[in-house]
Amino acid sequence: MAGPSVTEPEPERADDAVISTRGLTKRYRGGQLAVDGLDLTVPAGSVFGFLGPNGSGKTTTIRMLMGLIGPTAGSARVLGRPMPHAARTVLPRVGALIEGPALYGFLSGRDNLLRYDEADPTADPRTRRERVAAALDRVGLAAAAGKKAKAYSLGMKQRLGLAAALLQPRRLLVLDEPTNGLDPQGMREIRTLVRELASDGTTVFLSSHLLDEIEQVCTHAAVMARGRLIIQGAVADLSAGARGRLVVTTPDAGEAARVLKEQGAGDVVIAEDRVTAEPPDRDPAEVNAALVAAGVRVRGFALERASLEDAFVALTGEGFDVAG
Amino acid sequence: MSRAEPETAGSGTPEAARTPNPLWSLGLLRGELLITFRRWRTLALLGVLAAVPVLVGIAVKIETGDGPSGGGGEGPAFISQISNNGLFLVFTALAATLPFFLPMAVGVVAGDAIAGESSAGTLRYLLVAPAGRTRLLLTKYAAVMAFCLAATLVVAVSALAVGALLFPLGDLTTISGTRIGYAEGLGRALLIALVVAASLVGFAALGLFVSTLTGSGIGAMATTVGLLITVQILDQIPQLDALQPYFFSHYWLSFADLMREPVYWDDLVRNLGLQALYAAVFGSAAWARFTAKDITA
Ligand SMILES: Nc1ncnc2c1ncn2[C@@H]1O[C@H](COP(=O)(O)OP(=O)(O)OP(=O)(O)O)[C@@H](O)[C@H]1O
Ligand SMILES: [Mg+2]
Repeated sequence: MAGPSVTEPEPERADDAVISTRGLTKRYRGGQLAVDGLDLTVPAGSVFGFLGPNGSGKTTTIRMLMGLIGPTAGSARVLGRPMPHAARTVLPRVGALIEGPALYGFLSGRDNLLRYDEADPTADPRTRRERVAAALDRVGLAAAAGKKAKAYSLGMKQRLGLAAALLQPRRLLVLDEPTNGLDPQGMREIRTLVRELASDGTTVFLSSHLLDEIEQVCTHAAVMARGRLIIQGAVADLSAGARGRLVVTTPDAGEAARVLKEQGAGDVVIAEDRVTAEPPDRDPAEVNAALVAAGVRVRGFALERASLEDAFVALTGEGFDVAG
Repeated sequence: MSRAEPETAGSGTPEAARTPNPLWSLGLLRGELLITFRRWRTLALLGVLAAVPVLVGIAVKIETGDGPSGGGGEGPAFISQISNNGLFLVFTALAATLPFFLPMAVGVVAGDAIAGESSAGTLRYLLVAPAGRTRLLLTKYAAVMAFCLAATLVVAVSALAVGALLFPLGDLTTISGTRIGYAEGLGRALLIALVVAASLVGFAALGLFVSTLTGSGIGAMATTVGLLITVQILDQIPQLDALQPYFFSHYWLSFADLMREPVYWDDLVRNLGLQALYAAVFGSAAWARFTAKDITA
């Protein structure tokens, strides 16, 4: 594939991918290979979950996408333009929360946002105060706007960081572990906010190590481990890769296992009073009836939905642990 | 969190409507100046600088309380003339603060400029705003230079006020022995303050460069002030006199030449040239370093 000629200005690509990277690699100065040959494609309009255990390279990838660090190899395009080269035109349309909020403790929450808004040369100073007030209101900080940021709680700081990402209408929102430090109410609010933004057409790129968080809001996901991309795609497809399991709770485990095999279930596993198996291709009601007919005392009968974690384990054969 | 506000909701094609005005870029400088001068630390430094003329003035007043115009020749330039004319306190205070207090204050502010934002983590948010690395560095340098000017003026104004309170004012005698009117004396004082502020520009660039080297605000401040002390000591060692003309502080006290009649320009010009050289060299080094740096904090 021939690259574009050097002299030609980079054309803005069609809107199909908001983020696309090719062979993106970062080796830190200490020699740590943090991201290794990443080929990531984030479709426009998606809520994209970027998943991986601690130290898997999520923040490193985000830093490269935002032009904070240069890649060792490979390339990244954000909103169709190359980063970090096009940072000046791309970043005003991107809101970001990277590795938690960072604030000027001696300034009030409002003044912090004014400061960040002033840093954007495309932000209109005539609407600055209104936009700051709207952003504060949106994250539920309107009442604490005049308080010094050093007196904010962790969750309030996180909200203020989020407000900074919402100072302008954005086409892409990059949120690195946005629910860190939030109470359950705050987490719910973030999820609502993310859905709201997505329905307005903003693409949301959300990194997390919390699998169920991703499952609840994301349409697409990618899984990282040790700096490499393991899989990416629509969340529905990913969890479909790992099928759900049939779980029978009974004191007659041996007999239940025999009946399940008879009914066509595969991979039958007995663990004390729990028998689990891959569900056979027939109505679960029939399977249950067969168990009861065979005299098995069925105390529980359930189809457990496959989670992303199952998908992850199925893909990697590993747990969700920190790599060295 | 409340419902979506129409202005920030991000519906439609928001970026199409934005036509930035080049003047909006200056918002960052305005914010930078506000932040610099709202910091408790900056105010403390300016407070210390304002106190120096008060101390010198009181000391001179006590010293000369019993006999007028005691002609003791020791101490900073012009000190013996203060009791005759309060305006000389301005020159004395600048001569007393220029070797250390003034540049130390500048070193703290310049050293912290980038490194402080880096250690607070706010640097990454400024850069994704996007402030632009070159623009941010220029803004920081402009703010540090504004601080140089403010710090010098604080010393000068405080000295002027103390001088007017404690001592008589009037016509004054230049170093060359000619007499000039009080108004012209005030004009010279202002000119001297500007030259003193300009004398700090080279060191400020050095501090800014140090600031791009590290992610620790305290470390950068300490290194910058350490460099100041080292250079000031080396400037006193006779064996190094071949190098000394290249030290940023070597011609600092040449501002006194503005009190000659006619003004003796040679060292003044050398000083300003040296400051411009330092600003160019270390400004470029800071730019080269900062625009290529990985921001991981
Ligand atoms: N500034 C740095 N210098 C050297 N190595 C680094 C640096 N930052 C991160 N690393 C290393 O790079 C790897 C990836 O780190 P990264 O911060 O990208 O992980 P992450 O996926 O964001 O983890 P977490 O979920 O804990 O935030 C880790 O092994 C880490 O030790
Ligand atoms: Mg991280």
